Amino acid sequence: MTSLQIKPAAARLQPQVVLERQQAASRRKRGFYLALFAVALVAPMAIYPVFLMKLLCFALFACAFNLLLGYAGLLSFGHAAFLATGGYVTGFLLSHYTGLGTELGILAGTLASAVLGLVFGLLAIRRQGIYFAMITLALAQLVFFIYVQAPFTGGENGLHGVPRGTLFGVFDLSNNLTLYYFVLAVFVFGYAVIQRTIHSPYGQVLKAIRENEPRAISLGYNVDAHKLLAFVISAALTGLAGSTKTVVFQLASLTDAHWHMSGEVILMTLLGGVGTVLGPLVGATVVVTLQSYLSNGPLGEWVHVILGMIFVLCVLLFRVGIVGWVLKLSRRNFHN
Amino acid sequence: MTLIFGIPLSVMSGQLLLGLINGAFYALLSLGLAIIFGLLRIINFAHGAQYMLGAFAAVMGLNYLGVNYWAALVLAPLLVGVVGVFIERFLLRRIAGEDHLYGLLLTFGLALILEGSFVKLFGVSGSSYPMPEQLKGGFNLGFMFLPTYRAWVIVAALAVCLLTWFMIERTRLGSYLRAGTENPKLMQAFGINVPLLVTLTYGYGAALAAFAGVLAAPVYSVTPTMGANLLIVVFAVVVIGGMGSIMGAIVTGLAMGLIEGLTKVFYPEASNTVVFLVMVLVLLVRPAGLFGKEA
Repeated sequence: MTSLQIKPAAARLQPQVVLERQQAASRRKRGFYLALFAVALVAPMAIYPVFLMKLLCFALFACAFNLLLGYAGLLSFGHAAFLATGGYVTGFLLSHYTGLGTELGILAGTLASAVLGLVFGLLAIRRQGIYFAMITLALAQLVFFIYVQAPFTGGENGLHGVPRGTLFGVFDLSNNLTLYYFVLAVFVFGYAVIQRTIHSPYGQVLKAIRENEPRAISLGYNVDAHKLLAFVISAALTGLAGSTKTVVFQLASLTDAHWHMSGEVILMTLLGGVGTVLGPLVGATVVVTLQSYLSNGPLGEWVHVILGMIFVLCVLLFRVGIVGWVLKLSRRNFHN
Repeated sequence: MTLIFGIPLSVMSGQLLLGLINGAFYALLSLGLAIIFGLLRIINFAHGAQYMLGAFAAVMGLNYLGVNYWAALVLAPLLVGVVGVFIERFLLRRIAGEDHLYGLLLTFGLALILEGSFVKLFGVSGSSYPMPEQLKGGFNLGFMFLPTYRAWVIVAALAVCLLTWFMIERTRLGSYLRAGTENPKLMQAFGINVPLLVTLTYGYGAALAAFAGVLAAPVYSVTPTMGANLLIVVFAVVVIGGMGSIMGAIVTGLAMGLIEGLTKVFYPEASNTVVFLVMVLVLLVRPAGLFGKEA
């Protein structure tokens, strides 16, 4: 009679085979990351470091945003507020308190964004889906208007000439190359935090909430608390990206707070692949490269139109994004 | 001179009138958003761009074809409504079965395209639209001066809002629309052409936005970005009112305009932000919105 029992699919494979496959996959992954890191280390020899730093800042921004959209299923249309808050707080502190370590300035900017994220999160998670997007957009617009009028942001002019300062009082960050390695370290840190979050039990619960919120509730999870934590982590890392960006460009301006910026980060994530680990990185690279390429060319004034077209095409034809598409292709080749 | 809380009555009523006009635009726009949301379940991010298109259609019609204000009031919404029909038929319908957030993103992309092209073609400063002869001048009400055009904006916007309410709540077509909001599959089983209804609904919503745009053309300057910033306030209005009821959208729109006007009198610095602050308050006290059903 026992022969009638049907074994689950995975159990039919020998355990060793499964284990070997898993190990091979994680080896491939490790090798890929090492190669990527090696490229990042030598990249400033070939490419202008300031451009690379811009890329890394926006990539971190997009990765932080993807944590929310891709893993918690929450579409925030207000992430510009966190980017700008990080930037303004860091910019203000570094300009007004000379001698303050750059690392402390960035830490303060990150914390300020985390606090703002807590406030946004507490309000926005009271509604779901489309309302969530509208509420975050409206709150970010509120923050935008506050920054237009507040005395410490420099209003329409923004904060200029923010000193880059020194790191831990030792490394002089006015050198582009030194700063580049610092920004790379910041990015790797942020990326690692996101990876750790996604692959932790907490990350699994987040995915469960994304897939089926009522079921997650019925299983006894405090859905709101999980969502709120994801929102705060995402806001903090976005603030980290904004603070770092201010140090790089020595500038904090209203551009970062404008809702166009919230739209851009959505585009980066969508184009790269929502819910994929590398998608936002790829998407940010494509969008930032495209923008700087376009702004120098004859199509400079059409940037928003072109971004809008990419948006429409992505939604209509390419919802998996670049990385999602590559993953699909590789699965088809390896497993069938 | 009469004073209310230390503010001259004429100043107070002047700002309240301006607020009421803003409120009329909020009402028209949030009404369109609510109707579209009801049937399509998407937030039309292109609503601001469609409002802008309406205003530009009026300006261009006057400059190139000599179309006068009254004709523009009918033709511009028709034109934008047709554009809306095409947008629904060829773009939105393709993603009808997907997550509703994609509708938001698609229309956001459309808004970027429309606004970006108009900025390129007409510059950011925009143009002005002359006030129609018949609506120049005004009435002296004793305590304040009421410009005729401003009175007309309020009357016209309210008339269209109430007409829309009547159509939806009191006619057969409206009953189809309400039933479609509840259960589109069952409607289709009864032999009603739901896809056509959806297309027309989107077109009507877009036309409402364009109508607001034509109304706004003589009082606000016509610029490519005139819709974008207004739309975000309208989103806040929609969150405050909840999208469950047509009357709710109208009343909330007007009320928010009035509150904005009052804020301009007492604390002008907050006049940009007061609607968002009300939204925060409503979210804290009644998350489903003032007229929304508990989700």
